[in-house]
Amino acid sequence: MNNGNIFLDLLVRFAPEGTPSWLLDLSAAGVGVGILVAMVSVIAMFCVWMERKVAGHIQCRYGPMYVGGWHGWAQSIADGVKLLLKEDMIPIGADRPLFVLAPALVLGSIFAALAALPLAPGVFFADIDLGLFFILAMSSMTTIGVVMAGWASASKWTVYGAMREAAQVVAYEIPLGISLMVPLIVAGTFNLNEASALQSGWYGMHWYIFQNPFVLPAFALFFISALAETKRAPFDLPEAESELVAGFMTEYSGIRWSFFFMEEYAAMFLMSVVAAVFFLGGFESPFTSLARDVFGEQHFLASLTAGLVLLVKAFGGIFLMMWLRWTLPRVRIDQVMTMGYKYLTPLALLCVLGASIFEALWLGVA
Amino acid sequence: MEPASRVFYTLVTLASLLALGWGAFSAGAPGVSFALFAILTLGGGLMCIWERSVVRSAFSLMATFLGVAGLFLLLGADFLAMAQVLIYVGGILALILFGVMLSPPDLNERSLPRVLGGLAFAGGAAIWLGLRISASVTWATAEELPPMTSHAEEIGVGFLSPEQYVVPFELAAVLLTVALVAAVYIARRRSIDLFPEEDA
Repeated sequence: MNNGNIFLDLLVRFAPEGTPSWLLDLSAAGVGVGILVAMVSVIAMFCVWMERKVAGHIQCRYGPMYVGGWHGWAQSIADGVKLLLKEDMIPIGADRPLFVLAPALVLGSIFAALAALPLAPGVFFADIDLGLFFILAMSSMTTIGVVMAGWASASKWTVYGAMREAAQVVAYEIPLGISLMVPLIVAGTFNLNEASALQSGWYGMHWYIFQNPFVLPAFALFFISALAETKRAPFDLPEAESELVAGFMTEYSGIRWSFFFMEEYAAMFLMSVVAAVFFLGGFESPFTSLARDVFGEQHFLASLTAGLVLLVKAFGGIFLMMWLRWTLPRVRIDQVMTMGYKYLTPLALLCVLGASIFEALWLGVA
Repeated sequence: MEPASRVFYTLVTLASLLALGWGAFSAGAPGVSFALFAILTLGGGLMCIWERSVVRSAFSLMATFLGVAGLFLLLGADFLAMAQVLIYVGGILALILFGVMLSPPDLNERSLPRVLGGLAFAGGAAIWLGLRISASVTWATAEELPPMTSHAEEIGVGFLSPEQYVVPFELAAVLLTVALVAAVYIARRRSIDLFPEEDA
């Protein structure tokens, strides 16, 4: 379970003798992708319900209460069925192939990025040495999908949304990458599994934000940039429902529209897990180290506790994003640009400089 | 779709299927993946010069960039592959799209002699280069290749150690900074020249 791909291990155990290895690899990849897609769909549906509940309670109402009985838990399932059955419209003036390709591209690239996430110690879809780099590369491809959707729809609102998306993402990719360099300096690895394991110790509180004084401001910068990258309020200018109808996805309907929605929640989950792993200790917490002491290092329950701790941290991040969305007003596009280029980028560079000097002088790592 | 495009894309699809079959027949699974990435690279490039709409051309560049990244990956250059996607697809292509998104499509007719001439030139060059290269290079087969490992640490050490590439690396950084500052300077000067009344 701890060396390599668990799906491949399981398949090798049950496959008949003499199955060619490429077929095993291919089916392991297929099983992995199937589980990943199912997992992300469930997370996205839960997030939609959670968003509506959070929004409701922030605005002194209840949110969905009826479908499914307990606090409207089945509301997202009902919505999903409705979206599947809705008419799929493509405008006559639209660039048909690109219009169809755009949602698939957006969702496909975010799934590719999610494949690099660890689920529990030793449980992962793909153990990539350059995991973080891979995640950044893949999630940057969603921009192209959004621009494609906006342009292919051939409408003023969508093109404006696409222009804003392109400008905003190019501006915020820089502080996002640079602020992630700060914990990378402390960790010394791109691999998410290794980076998480390096934070054990101090009874599970040896998190990167406590290891170096410059990681905490870098975390703030990362979080703001991640909000802009995932098009969440107060940076939801590509959608901007009060000025651009629905921005780049105005012309989409039914299941294609829901792909964009799923991408938004999948991206929030992705950014929250990256934040948890590279700033907030990953799997490590006092509970994790307690579970390790009680059950033993390799025990199933210890791994489960670690996975749950990561999940709780990820949903904490998602809750924070929702809280901000329903609290803060949207900023203007020029304010977005000013903030990205004039404040976040120089501050992130300062953090990198400070963290490097701290590592070199105080800790003696030359 | 216009008839010329229909013929063009049929030919491209047939060539792609031929390449896939040939890859599977000659080298198995690695051959298929090489053929897929090569088709992405070349197909994207062909579509880029064929399409009349600049924006479509720009989008087809994405296939080329992804194909090249895949080829880097097959060669064992994982860092280069991911940098290719991050910089070219995420950064440069987004900037290109930002620049050309509002330009109208070119509605001029394609001239048949120019298309045929271009195809003849490209085909001739491909055959000549292919013959020259295959005559002078001995290729390693898939079994002889070293196992895939990550080279990120090697690259980092190479860039930062004084014995290797630290001086060219830093010089490149200085050059890029100078270019960036110069670009900002030029942009600022022009905006002041264009709107002199704003100075008052």
